[in-house]
Amino acid sequence: MARNKIDNQAEGDSNSSRRDFLKKSSLLTAFALAPPTLVMASEKKWDEKIAEYIETVSLSIEVNGTKHNLSVEPRTTLLDLLRENLQLTGTKKGCDHGQCGACTVHVNGTRILSCLSLASMQQNAQVTTIEGLSKGKKLHPMQEAFIKHDGFQCGYCTPGQIMSGIACIKEGHANSREEISEYMSGNICRCGAYHNIVDAITEVKEGGKKL
Amino acid sequence: MKNFQIIKALSSASAVSGIKKESSAMFIAGGTNLVDLMKKNVVAPDKLVDITGIDLKKVEFLKGKVSIGALAKNSQVAEDSSIKENHPLLALALAAGASQQIRHMATVAGNMLQRTRCPYFYNTDMPCNKRVPKSGCGAIGGSNRMHAIFGASDSCIAVHPSDMCVALAALDATVLVEGPKGKRQIKFTDFHRLPGNTPEKDNILGEKEMITYVEIPDNKFNKNIHYLKVRDRSSYAFALVSVAVALDIQNNTIKDVKLAMGGVSHKPWRLTEAEEFLKGKAVSETIFKQAAALAMHGARAYGENNFKLTLGPNAIIEALTIAASK
Repeated sequence: MARNKIDNQAEGDSNSSRRDFLKKSSLLTAFALAPPTLVMASEKKWDEKIAEYIETVSLSIEVNGTKHNLSVEPRTTLLDLLRENLQLTGTKKGCDHGQCGACTVHVNGTRILSCLSLASMQQNAQVTTIEGLSKGKKLHPMQEAFIKHDGFQCGYCTPGQIMSGIACIKEGHANSREEISEYMSGNICRCGAYHNIVDAITEVKEGGKKL
Repeated sequence: MKNFQIIKALSSASAVSGIKKESSAMFIAGGTNLVDLMKKNVVAPDKLVDITGIDLKKVEFLKGKVSIGALAKNSQVAEDSSIKENHPLLALALAAGASQQIRHMATVAGNMLQRTRCPYFYNTDMPCNKRVPKSGCGAIGGSNRMHAIFGASDSCIAVHPSDMCVALAALDATVLVEGPKGKRQIKFTDFHRLPGNTPEKDNILGEKEMITYVEIPDNKFNKNIHYLKVRDRSSYAFALVSVAVALDIQNNTIKDVKLAMGGVSHKPWRLTEAEEFLKGKAVSETIFKQAAALAMHGARAYGENNFKLTLGPNAIIEALTIAASK
């Protein structure tokens, strides 16, 4: 997102584009205006962009063990927060409408769809994404099993499949191939790696490791 | 998505007072339908009242009934051991809806208030009387494979998409609501409405009212029950037709029966005529066929959904047969 790009931009970056310059100057304008002026600007819709800068809410959220104190627009989804604000692009945006499961993450230990979750409603939540599974260079058992069983082709649905697969076992819904298929049905794989995904989940379940 | 204000309410009273000042304010809980509708610009509230902090999340067995909090999650109710034991039809119907991720987010009240998945309702370039009153119905004479065969009107042939509601309609549940004028109770079968000339209204909930609880009276339907959902793929798809059956069979005689269908109407469709016919009769394939024929009285299809006139009665016979053999 524009604001983060501005925050992260190295000083003296000679590749600074005209677009970035405009974004920067519009942001500076927003800061320069006194609050009453901003409210008036917002009410009269003088500059919707300026108004947008103040229509944010503060959010404390823990992602993969790191605490963040952020300012987000109420309309920002958890998926966009992860990908655009925190640069955690492992979680994928597939359909963005809750139909594919590519955006599955764990919030407070439960698998949910981040594309249908408003970040502003995740106050003090603990979020785990695919980036938070490995311990150093050691992959999570489910990641190992997906590699071993070839549980993907293009890989786009894989982060969601892995997050969902771990939850499927933790919930106690991995007791048969049929049950795994049913409780993984919210994760669509266009390549059709389903059989191997079920193999991977079955192996992790039978391995009995604490996930 | 248009930006909006968001505030958090910690009690149903404060939620109701938080919403009543603004004409376009809406409650949000699981958000699985509302956020999607907002992304599509089908609804565009200026303000959301986050009600997830309100203590309405419990499933409690009280004298003569079970009380389910409006904010109990779909997965929580589906996997509640007492619900599975005493109201297995509800558990089955809940597990047949959506995906586990969505069931973890979606609440009981949100499930009831979800909007139709009619493609014309979702597409803001198309006419839809439910989305924009008096703009016309794209589905009549258009793509209507998923649409109603019971209780539709010249204004709207959309169906209510819920599975949970089909079970709750069959089990004679009651809806408890709270609003600016106080609390009231609504029979579940009266909660959703037929489209008539005002398809923009899905149910009889007042604009500033919120659902607080759903109650199911105790019953004997803990064995011979079934929820049959017929759909285009075996999981994670909306029903073409679904049937909820609850039978109380003693000595091969049907003492009591509840029957409802989903995917066929603007509301969960209770099959009262077929129920009355079945009561007191001995279980047999013949009476199941006769009941299914009775249930289809008044059915009307719209072209692409003509198959539902055959699928419907077949699904009823199948669901009754499975329930009776459990």
